[in-house]
Amino acid sequence: MRLTPTQMAWRAAQDIEDGAYVNLGIGQPEMVARFQPPGREAIFHTENGILGFGEAPPPGCEDWDLINAGKKAVTLKSGTAFFHHADSFAMVRGGHLDVAILGAYEVAESGDLANWSTGPRGVPAVGGAMDLVHGAKRVAVMMDHVTKDGAPKLVRACSLPLTGVGCVTRVYSSLAVIDIVAGRFVLREKVPELTLDALQAMTGATLHLDGPVGDLTAPDL
Amino acid sequence: MDKTLPDPAAAVAGIEDGMSVMIGGFGGSGAPIELIHALIDRYLATGHPKDLTVINNNAGNGHVGLAALIEQGMVATLICSFPRSADPVVFTEAYKAGRITLELVPQGTLAERIRAGGAGIPAFYTPTGYGTALAEGKPVEEFDGRPYVRERWLKADYALVRAHRGDTMGNLTYRMAARNFGPLMCMAAKVSIVQVSELVEPGGIDPEAVVTPGIFVQGVVEIPDPAQEEALNRAGSRYPEVPA
Repeated sequence: MRLTPTQMAWRAAQDIEDGAYVNLGIGQPEMVARFQPPGREAIFHTENGILGFGEAPPPGCEDWDLINAGKKAVTLKSGTAFFHHADSFAMVRGGHLDVAILGAYEVAESGDLANWSTGPRGVPAVGGAMDLVHGAKRVAVMMDHVTKDGAPKLVRACSLPLTGVGCVTRVYSSLAVIDIVAGRFVLREKVPELTLDALQAMTGATLHLDGPVGDLTAPDL
Repeated sequence: MDKTLPDPAAAVAGIEDGMSVMIGGFGGSGAPIELIHALIDRYLATGHPKDLTVINNNAGNGHVGLAALIEQGMVATLICSFPRSADPVVFTEAYKAGRITLELVPQGTLAERIRAGGAGIPAFYTPTGYGTALAEGKPVEEFDGRPYVRERWLKADYALVRAHRGDTMGNLTYRMAARNFGPLMCMAAKVSIVQVSELVEPGGIDPEAVVTPGIFVQGVVEIPDPAQEEALNRAGSRYPEVPA
């Protein structure tokens, strides 16, 4: 009754328009590229200076000057463009990307995002996350609805260090699709097996309704 | 005008204790492995240079290149955005033991600080980091109703960069995503040293194709078939090699 990460990626992909410029975060969001609906083609951006790259090459055919932000090998497509890092982040901050999809530890009803640090232990690393949350026309998060221990990841206020303030516009969780509108979680879709009360019990802030709530379903992937 | 240098040792001979050194590359892509290893060779032979401040996107991977530079204890401070990698053991141990200082900078801010340094812009405002721990203590100003954080330029004594084709005047092209920080770092350092896979005479690069104009480059050294960090790490390499 809950979506797998692959199914969440499929669901997120359904909202990407033909011709959109898209940045996918390292890890699970990278899977979104595999599920572009037929007839639509998005152009993917990676922080290290590529627009319009293709999927991973077969093992043994990697070219390590042709990698994505996760340092994984990718391939060229017709129409690929290379550029330096300052131009790459001009695309990010300058409002040129249509969609950025990131993972998250916590999302607050204000749209605040925490996805770069789990606290003072270990080595801190931020990469491009703080830049990516500013500038893209839509900043979406793809994540499990609750933590491994069952605690809500959709919360009133983030407890972990922030990546950005008021930046997230939509969350694709394993149980629901939720928009953030004027500092409130607005429920758009939920898995049909779950009642609204049960979903609310797993959510750390009030779920508001604004029109009908659709069924969140995805094919077996 | 001929900016050609004979070999990697000559290329890094001017780097002294306490200097700041920008090192190009995003992970292994664009990393100037031969120049970094030449710097390690000099340190092993003379004890210098040390106490370096290194600016790179990452913190090295495995035991070659930047990781090897850190492993030798030559780096006092690292300015980077993402000090993690597939095998980050060298930086992680140095950091946890307090042997290296980390200044963490969001990646786009790092790139723009370097660009600003090269362009003569001492500070700029960015939305990145506003309201986060990485903007603490930095001036904030509102423009058109949104808050922005003031960030300073970043310059360095040296830049070590890998490009693809270079001419003897220092004009450069890069290879695919190995371009990343290279053009910015060449602009922001007093002395930019570039290893190129192919050195050509002036006229050997189409002027329309030049990415870094030679004015930003002080030295060029030809290293055909440069080592690639990812390939070295997959082969389990270390630098310097441990005698069997």
